[in-house]
Amino acid sequence: MNKLSPPVSAAGKKGALSRRKLLSVGSGSVAGGLVAHPAIAGSLADVPQRGVGVPVGATSERSEFVELARITEATPGKRNVDPLDAINSKTPLHKLDGTITPSDLHYERSHSGIPSLDPKTHRLLVHGMSERSLVLDLGDLRRMPSISRVAFIECSGNGWENWKNDDDTLTVQHTHGLISTHEWTGVRLSYIAGLVGRDAASTWMLAEGGDASGMARSIPMTEEILDEAMIAYAQNGEPLRPAHGYPMRLLVPGWEGNLSVKWLRRLKFGDRPFYTRWETSRYTSLMPDGRARQFQLRQEVNSVITSPSGMMEIAPGYNRITGLAWSGHGAVSKVEISTDAGRTWQEARLNGLVLPKAQTRFQLEWHWDGNPTFITSRATDEKGHVQPTREALIEQMGNNALFHYNGQQIWRINAEGNVRHALA
Amino acid sequence: MRWRDPIIVAGLAALLATPAFAQEFGREATPEEVALWDIDPRPDGSGLPPGRGSVADGRELYAVHCAACHGEKGEGGPNDRLVGGRGSLDTAAPVKTVGSYWPYATTLYDYIHRAMPYFDPGSLTPDETYAVAAYILNMNGIVPDDAELDAAAMAALEMPNRHGFVPEPEFAPLLPEVTEARD
Repeated sequence: MNKLSPPVSAAGKKGALSRRKLLSVGSGSVAGGLVAHPAIAGSLADVPQRGVGVPVGATSERSEFVELARITEATPGKRNVDPLDAINSKTPLHKLDGTITPSDLHYERSHSGIPSLDPKTHRLLVHGMSERSLVLDLGDLRRMPSISRVAFIECSGNGWENWKNDDDTLTVQHTHGLISTHEWTGVRLSYIAGLVGRDAASTWMLAEGGDASGMARSIPMTEEILDEAMIAYAQNGEPLRPAHGYPMRLLVPGWEGNLSVKWLRRLKFGDRPFYTRWETSRYTSLMPDGRARQFQLRQEVNSVITSPSGMMEIAPGYNRITGLAWSGHGAVSKVEISTDAGRTWQEARLNGLVLPKAQTRFQLEWHWDGNPTFITSRATDEKGHVQPTREALIEQMGNNALFHYNGQQIWRINAEGNVRHALA
Repeated sequence: MRWRDPIIVAGLAALLATPAFAQEFGREATPEEVALWDIDPRPDGSGLPPGRGSVADGRELYAVHCAACHGEKGEGGPNDRLVGGRGSLDTAAPVKTVGSYWPYATTLYDYIHRAMPYFDPGSLTPDETYAVAAYILNMNGIVPDDAELDAAAMAALEMPNRHGFVPEPEFAPLLPEVTEARD
């Protein structure tokens, strides 16, 4: 690590080439580990004079020099679609740092649009196998004992671009943008269950949303879920945004995102699954024999290098590899990186917070010798689960599963330093 | 001391298991309002409302409410294909439809009732919902042209892919159906 050459200087030998690339690449590259483009201000004398800024305001906007946006998608391969045709919207993982996703960039999956629900008239009905049925509102929830925790939510469709076809225009936002991490605040599910006197014989709970589709899922009442699930009303310290379930949503950390039903309006305790459309014909994974895995609810151990990643460009010499790892089983215990197409692996450093069922940041310093290669990451969680290769995953599931893709993501780097999506 | 008194300890345990604060939050729901929202049916037909609908009525309703998105004959359009695909699930290009993939007819009733038509969900009466479901099942060759469906008939239908699902082993102990099948 000590022998790494210093970062390519802005005024270095590649300056002329990079200036041309700056024009063609534009603002697409913002993270480190990339070709160092020359600044417009070559000398300190060219740096503009200081000046009085705009007045202090009620909210803070992003810099005019920063572009951050999600991208909408319909199904695998149908990207950047008209919002009317979109079923989800992906987080720009390659433009974010740390582990907490900004509220407006948390990925979104909605099943029938985003309702505008007035907390004055929104109600949560809790009933079924319980001593009593209760009608609660947002004010009730806010008066109850609350908890806050950092947790990821991941759509079970995250990674689905990787099942079948290689596409070298894909970015990490396309391949892995259906996961985000927030600090969530709300009331424990177990507290609500206690209020209604849930029958201990109740093994499943129906959670239903107040959206037009009445999105509904059956949730197993395991000890783990009863202990960790919450009715959340805040994200990153602010009230939930409408796209994320305002005024209240279920949060089931570590399990497929659609269980965390948004715009929650009904919880019903029962003694078997309710077999809604979503857990029969939709969120089930076809296997090669034509049968489908059902209630494949846990999000498995996963990771991806976010920089350098698809459509970026790097220069020989020092490069910082960084990315995100996570597991629905608990905390990430190790991330290894291969920069030679999987022949050898080095352990990456885990940065900052390493929390269970939350995205964890990793990084590794790398000296690229300029030869074409493949880079990839492999996560292991505290329960010992190891992220599989794509080959091993497909050996098990075939390539029509659609959901729960957690294969190791490969980025191909050519002699020019172009980083591209690759399947093998 | 007094904490060892078994009656007091039992009383405390009951307080913890059933919070004394239930009356502090919200209010009890009346049976009438629970019935209004308690719409989910089960595969055995429990929870389905009274009513009945015919394939013939369903054909007319489908043309008005469904065809624009799902195609005149359920072949699909801007939204999901509903018909066909039988025998395709183990091929390279599986086609998942009501006929080829959905395991329970009761789920079809539930989904139409709660989520369709897309721009006016919940607007179909129970009779109309049974009728549209009957027509979609008819297009898939699951019920005959002269069929009329009600709750009992829906529950009695054996869908082609009824046994096409493998629940995760982790949750098998929570599935009475699986336990009963094994016993």
